[in-house]
Amino acid sequence: MRLELRGITKRFGTFTANHQIDLVVEPGQIHCLLGENGAGKSTLMNVIFGLLQSDEGEMLIDGVVTRFANSGEAVRRGIGMVHQHFMLVPVFSVAENVVLGFEPTKSFNRLDHQRAREEIRSVSQTFNLEVDPDAIVEELPVGLQQRVEILKALSHDAELLILDEPTAVLTPQEIDALMAIMRSLAASGKSILFITHKLKEVKAIADVITVIRQGEVVGTAQASDSEAELASMMVGRSVSLTVDKAALTPGEEVLAITDLVVRDDRGLPAVNGVSLSVRAGEIVALAGVQGNGQTELVEAIAGMRPVESGTISVRGVDITNHTPRQVLDAGVGHVPEDRQLHGLVLSMSVADNLVLNTPRRAPFARRGSRNLAAVNENAQSLVQRFDIRTTSTQALVSSLSGGNQQKVIVARELSRPLSLFVASQPTRGLDVGSIEYVHRQIVNQRDEGLGVLIVSSELDEVLALGDRIAVMHAGRISGVVAPTTSRETIGLLMAGAGATDA
Amino acid sequence: MPESTPRRSIWARVTGQSPFVVTVFALVLGLVFGAIVIITTTAPVLDAWRGFFHSWGAPGHALKVTADNVGAAYRIMFTGSVFSPATLWHAITTGQGWSNALTPISETLTYATPLTIASIGVGIAFQAGIFNIGANGQAMMGGIAGAYVGTLIHLPMALHLPVTMLAGIAGGVLAGSVPGLLKAYTGAHEVIVTLMFNYVVSAILLYTLLSTALQAPGQQNDIARTLDPSAQLAPLFGVSSGLRVNYGLVIAVLVVLFAWWFLERSSLGFDFRVTGANPQAARASGINAKAVIILVFAISGGLAGLAGVTELAGFYKTLDGGFLVGNAGIGFTAITVSLLGRNRPVGIVWASLLFAALGVGGRAMQAATGIPLDLATVIQSAVVLFVATPVLVKEIFRLRTSPTTALQLATKGWGS
Repeated sequence: MRLELRGITKRFGTFTANHQIDLVVEPGQIHCLLGENGAGKSTLMNVIFGLLQSDEGEMLIDGVVTRFANSGEAVRRGIGMVHQHFMLVPVFSVAENVVLGFEPTKSFNRLDHQRAREEIRSVSQTFNLEVDPDAIVEELPVGLQQRVEILKALSHDAELLILDEPTAVLTPQEIDALMAIMRSLAASGKSILFITHKLKEVKAIADVITVIRQGEVVGTAQASDSEAELASMMVGRSVSLTVDKAALTPGEEVLAITDLVVRDDRGLPAVNGVSLSVRAGEIVALAGVQGNGQTELVEAIAGMRPVESGTISVRGVDITNHTPRQVLDAGVGHVPEDRQLHGLVLSMSVADNLVLNTPRRAPFARRGSRNLAAVNENAQSLVQRFDIRTTSTQALVSSLSGGNQQKVIVARELSRPLSLFVASQPTRGLDVGSIEYVHRQIVNQRDEGLGVLIVSSELDEVLALGDRIAVMHAGRISGVVAPTTSRETIGLLMAGAGATDA
Repeated sequence: MPESTPRRSIWARVTGQSPFVVTVFALVLGLVFGAIVIITTTAPVLDAWRGFFHSWGAPGHALKVTADNVGAAYRIMFTGSVFSPATLWHAITTGQGWSNALTPISETLTYATPLTIASIGVGIAFQAGIFNIGANGQAMMGGIAGAYVGTLIHLPMALHLPVTMLAGIAGGVLAGSVPGLLKAYTGAHEVIVTLMFNYVVSAILLYTLLSTALQAPGQQNDIARTLDPSAQLAPLFGVSSGLRVNYGLVIAVLVVLFAWWFLERSSLGFDFRVTGANPQAARASGINAKAVIILVFAISGGLAGLAGVTELAGFYKTLDGGFLVGNAGIGFTAITVSLLGRNRPVGIVWASLLFAALGVGGRAMQAATGIPLDLATVIQSAVVLFVATPVLVKEIFRLRTSPTTALQLATKGWGS
């Protein structure tokens, strides 16, 4: 299928999400759409898929002007979309999920399981995508679940496949497998539109790269262009992709976790016997695919989740099962994984958010009465020191971009005396420029002798920041390795294979 | 999405963002709605409309009768609750009849006094994300406690009045603490518990009136002894002025000032607001959720109790079985008033003045025109409905909608 967009413009009120976008996807081509978060990639995909209607411009499919009123029309016309968050029914089998909405039936409207199963087999054989049609989706690893999504799109005879940030949830090995699938699909004549903000992937797979920034196409690039060139196109200025660190000079142990067991919301042991130590002046990066217990581990450290057994101590002081207040007072700075849920009060000002967990500390309050002048002064100086882009310190924190919201949290945590700094997914959803900035701040703290624990599902981040890398799988540490370890080895550890020491 | 038209009236630009303007327009809509009710329920108006096609003059007559009736109703509502220009002019020019001229506003202030205090209590709880539906029971408890101290203990006024007020606060704190402790330690939903607790307190009221020393000697009915004069809130301008507005007004002003300081400037108020805006972030920031819940109910209940004892000491003077029951249930009205005032002290002052004026004016209207007092309730309810649906008000008056404020409600659903 040949897809052509001519001058697509999409506005939300006064905000222009897409402006005059031109794009051509040739049959058999893998076309990468590269852009930062909020550049307008997803909006554009939703326009193509019929979920949104463009205000201006036209879309041509095989040379014919087409307009979809809804996604059903897009599916019938041969467009398949694999969303970042899978649209699968977890308790259904693979076959049931694939035929969902287009079920083959026997008499009395009964689902024809036999035919559904055969359909899947034939599709998976054609495209060499092996999945057991009777497996229950929730029992499959994430990589296979994604394969089911792709199968589903192909079974509706998709000629153009849109993949929206498909690698965010995958291990390196699963990413490799996905890339192989994409290549073979393209070879069989399918067109692929691949959306991402990860430069490595783009370079590995793209035939053509279109870069969009602030809703506009800023140019096309070649896979042979360097990462630095692609990054500067995407951000609009040159950025440093490596992190400079001083030589490691570890001091005393600031965080000691022994045999920790923590249960998740369903009562299952999410952290199952983890021991980990962080020394002053070093960054320990906790790697792993999302959902392997990292979230629960950090919540336990922060005092927000009860510890079943085992101990956590900071600078030799036991903080197991202490309240969040006590943990904060023990000198633990915490950048939570979900910043809008746990880190900020969106309806309050930047200044208030900058003292959110120290409202009673001098000079911000005296004898129960807040000193707003001091709060504001603190905000002024932090806004300047951490380069937080805001119209004023009294502006609502919800009016800031994601990157600047994250800077507010980092600034707040680093503005009080700390022994340990814990950051969960510190750069998730941030643009390249903000990532660079947050990384530098974290490394500065480490160089000044703070112990740092980083939790990240981005392997690049883990490799760039960590002095030691602990890999977590299924609630256990499957290995602690040096940052010089190959991506493949770490990938295997993320998948749970073998245990090594460093 | 419709294109925003470039040319808009200056009026729309100036007013588009302010919730206050929406409230004013909601009041206008409420009055329009009330007018429709008057037209459809008043016999002379209906008769005039029935004869609409009978003669050439009939349509004009129908319109005139309508305008006369609606106009008279609203005019009397205003002159009965704020002031009458003629009476006021008479007082200014002759120096006589000041009492007459000031009676309407005095009445409005008298009704608004306990309502403001109770609404502030409800508003503080709302700001912390807690629904205190039990303000009425807490106010009743305040009244009961105040009645005990005000009738059975005899002290000089300088001591008796403060002790009576404190007793009222303590009664409210007590009644508020039960749902507070239940929620903090067992997770019991505060809406259910506070709502039910209103009935418990009603029963306590009747019990104390009928079977304890509080009952007036020689009485078989549910009437208590009258408060000692030393425990009463005296009229602001002396008994001889005939104006019922009393020193409760001073208490209300102090409460408003306290609430403003508490919410805007105190550390505890900051904890409350953080908890109300984002409980998860509050927890992560080290705020003790249990302590906040207990303190919210203590403060909210204490203010409701103060409202109850102010109502008793300033207005009724004698506790009886009808105290805060039915139409007099200021604790229930306080919920609406607080929402109308967007849970902020200054907003609540305006909202309770409005509600008090509609109530007082409604009574004057009923006396003069025969239109039932319930019309005032209809208008009050309509105003709240229109405030709760800002999108509708903005659409009707073509105010500029800003996407961020359009759907902002004063509080969140009670399921969460």
